Amino acid sequence: MENTKPVLEVKNLRTAFRTEGGELIAVDDVSFSVMPGQTVGIVGESGCGKSVTSLSIMGLIPNPPGRVIGGEILFKGRNLVPLSQRELRSIRGNELSMIFQEPMTSLNPVFTIGNQIMESIILHQKLSKKDARLRAIEMLRLVGIPAPDKRIDDYPHQLSGGMRQRVMIAMALSCNPSVLIADEPTTALDVTIQAQILELIKSLRQKLNMAVVLITHDLGVVAETCDYVVVMYAGKVVEEGTAEDIFYRPSHPYTKGLLNSIPSHNGKSKGTRLETIPGLVPNLLKLPKGCRFQDRCTRKQDRCATAEPSLESVGAGHKASCFFPYKEGGV
Amino acid sequence: MMNYIIRRLLYTIPILIGITLITFFFFNVVGGDPVSIMLGKHANAQMIADMRHEMGFDRPLIWQYFDFLKQIVTFDFGRSYASKQLISKMILDGAPVSLCYTLPAFVIAMLISISLSLLVAFWRGGWFDKITVIICVAGLSVPSLAYILFGQYWFAYKWGMFPISGFQPGFPEMISYIALPVIITVVLSIGGELRFYRTVMLDEIHQDYIRTARSKGLSERVVMFKHVLKNAMIPIITNVVIEIPFLVTGSILLENFFGIPGLGNQIVEAINTSDFPVIKAQTIIFSLLYCVFNLLTDILYSLVDPRVSLK
Repeated sequence: MENTKPVLEVKNLRTAFRTEGGELIAVDDVSFSVMPGQTVGIVGESGCGKSVTSLSIMGLIPNPPGRVIGGEILFKGRNLVPLSQRELRSIRGNELSMIFQEPMTSLNPVFTIGNQIMESIILHQKLSKKDARLRAIEMLRLVGIPAPDKRIDDYPHQLSGGMRQRVMIAMALSCNPSVLIADEPTTALDVTIQAQILELIKSLRQKLNMAVVLITHDLGVVAETCDYVVVMYAGKVVEEGTAEDIFYRPSHPYTKGLLNSIPSHNGKSKGTRLETIPGLVPNLLKLPKGCRFQDRCTRKQDRCATAEPSLESVGAGHKASCFFPYKEGGV
Repeated sequence: MMNYIIRRLLYTIPILIGITLITFFFFNVVGGDPVSIMLGKHANAQMIADMRHEMGFDRPLIWQYFDFLKQIVTFDFGRSYASKQLISKMILDGAPVSLCYTLPAFVIAMLISISLSLLVAFWRGGWFDKITVIICVAGLSVPSLAYILFGQYWFAYKWGMFPISGFQPGFPEMISYIALPVIITVVLSIGGELRFYRTVMLDEIHQDYIRTARSKGLSERVVMFKHVLKNAMIPIITNVVIEIPFLVTGSILLENFFGIPGLGNQIVEAINTSDFPVIKAQTIIFSLLYCVFNLLTDILYSLVDPRVSLK
């Protein structure tokens, strides 16, 4: 990559929610960076803090009860955390935009899709209504919606789930963002539609030269699309590295466990039970002392219960937070 | 759209027939005998029979029912037993009097509660929200009679701000007479309405598409007034439009205490004197109005919600 300055840099992000049981740190000391044009995947089970991370970047954490309590979010070198909502609004939907998991409910049912796409174009690009409409039609064509000049006056309920997600993408990309955050964009869709949407995001990324932060629990999706992968567990980053590192040389027992629980179709594991990671994600209000993964870990030793491992380098550009990581090449 | 309205109109026909049948059944079949009430205790059998014949109560029920239908269609309900006035004229005189105070109160209460509900939803969980909810619940817990007596005693009698009771038609003469009833109606309805609208707005605020709207960088004002409000219009319309028939009939309690000669007062008097034709006429007119506005609600839905017209 010719440009070596990250477009988005998250440094030691901490986001907390006030709950009845006390303050819950949903994202604890998370750091990663995204280069221009790069696709970074954030992977983990439900409740590991990946969605909260993305909403924190967008400044969309519902406050109260949530709040970013520490760290920096540098977007093109500018820290977003201390910005007012007014300043954030000029970036949100413009240079930094987001698509969500539920295309069925993410569009407003009482406005036409054209109205909803044009809304952000008029707001950020200061185009006239007529030009904004042309731009919206162009965006709909770009995301592969047939007869966009007719479809633009449709209401969301007239479109299928896959089409709605395309509309969401058109909306998010209408102002040429530098970074697109896609929070589980394909989870609610059929497998065939999933592949189409991923392919669409991939091709648009190249066409528009934007970076994508792809949040997912689906490792298959990550393998297909991501350059760099961040694995999160219980609010923390447990491993990060290039897609090859993560898939061929996983270091952290959690990552290894995740990879082992993918059903393979090469016949080797035929007739055997699918491997799973035993246990459940710990309650963030009652985290164990020491490593957060210890109760589910196959490599647990005494030290894991007394000290918390930090993210250490296990190879070039490959980090894991484990006292007893799998060494590169196997064991 | 037209298709939807026509279908909805057709659905209304069986409901209307049902309403007339039930009303007829109550008044002409199971209700007390109006003739013996009118003639008093000392009437002999011949007098009763003559009267029944005169009023048509000896005819077969089916003909009586058709007479009733004819009354509704021609808006001619005969004369009141008590005052001998034309009932149609009584209704046409009484309804505007009720509307004089119910309509302004309705509009004011609606505007206040919808705009306040947007504000409390916006500052949900904050002190403004909490205080408003406490005031609403407190207001709801006080019986309506207490407001009337309090208002009449303090505002009218002690402080002399308004007349204690009475009514005078014409503008601006009526203002001083309707002021207190309007204030009391607003206070009475705001607690419940505000709580309802607040729930509606909060329900909207947590929708995914509201998050999408925020993620586009829209200001809170646009999010609230465009995206939240238009969706919230669906339950709001139901609540608002269905109240309109009640505006015509007025409040029995208020009209009685303030001596306002509206439909509310008329029905109380009619019940007290067993003035069957008046009660019957008011019952059927109110039911028909209710049906009409129910239909109107459904048609308005299709204007607000694009999904409705397709079903």
